[in-house]
Amino acid sequence: MSLPFLITAFVTLFAAAAAMSLRNLVHCALAFVVVFAGLAAMYLQLGAQFAGFAQILVYVGAIAILIVFAILLTRSGETPNQAVLAPGWLAGMMISAGVFATLGWLVLNSKALPKGSSEAPVVTVKNIGDVLMNKYVLPLEIIGLLLTAAMIGAVVIALKEPSKTDYSGRKT
Amino acid sequence: MTPLQVCLLVSALLFAIGFAGAVTRRHAILALVGIELMLNAANLNLIAFWRFGPNPGALAGFIFVLFSMALAAAEAAVGLALIIAIYRHKKTSNLDEVKELKG
Repeated sequence: MSLPFLITAFVTLFAAAAAMSLRNLVHCALAFVVVFAGLAAMYLQLGAQFAGFAQILVYVGAIAILIVFAILLTRSGETPNQAVLAPGWLAGMMISAGVFATLGWLVLNSKALPKGSSEAPVVTVKNIGDVLMNKYVLPLEIIGLLLTAAMIGAVVIALKEPSKTDYSGRKT
Repeated sequence: MTPLQVCLLVSALLFAIGFAGAVTRRHAILALVGIELMLNAANLNLIAFWRFGPNPGALAGFIFVLFSMALAAAEAAVGLALIIAIYRHKKTSNLDEVKELKG
């Protein structure tokens, strides 16, 4: 594997560890943006240009902004005084280490991994549009419906509820 | 190690980090961020299998990643709306303090 890919992977993993371990939530959100940008760079190096740019648009452009808004709306921007870890954190760390050990052992010892071609496949936007509009048109429509439903649902959930005093006859 | 194995190891480590964060942190937003990291690790796996697989011209893994990104966006929007609604009701976003449904 090429050296730039390894450097990108290292930066991404370091930023992921920082995002999960820093105390201040705003710093976590910034590290999170670095993780997404690093993943987009890895997609670019793997020959998936469209996925890389979609990653930047969707994650850095939308989800990171949403997370920053949620942090500020719940007033958790300052560094907390009490513990930031849940009570059973040691068990959680051990389970996640076990997950990584299992996955790593399987990846290193599996005989089922494909021996594919090493030259990068040529993917143009025209190809992607062709496939999306012919073979995968039904999933595309379903994703559109799901995004609409999720948007309406998010608005309804986060909507300000009418105050109780409105129904009791008193002036608010 | 082949390039595919390097990609898979990186994504396994990213998945483990996201899992550890989602399980061990008390803040609800960070649990959601951990779940997003796990989704991204799965996306990296799909891209790697598409790139080094036997038939990259079919674009199956690539399209899968695009759909998965759309799902992640919907999930983040609904999850953050839930966190804001819970904060408005209970004035907290610590997962330990929201336990009305605990048996």
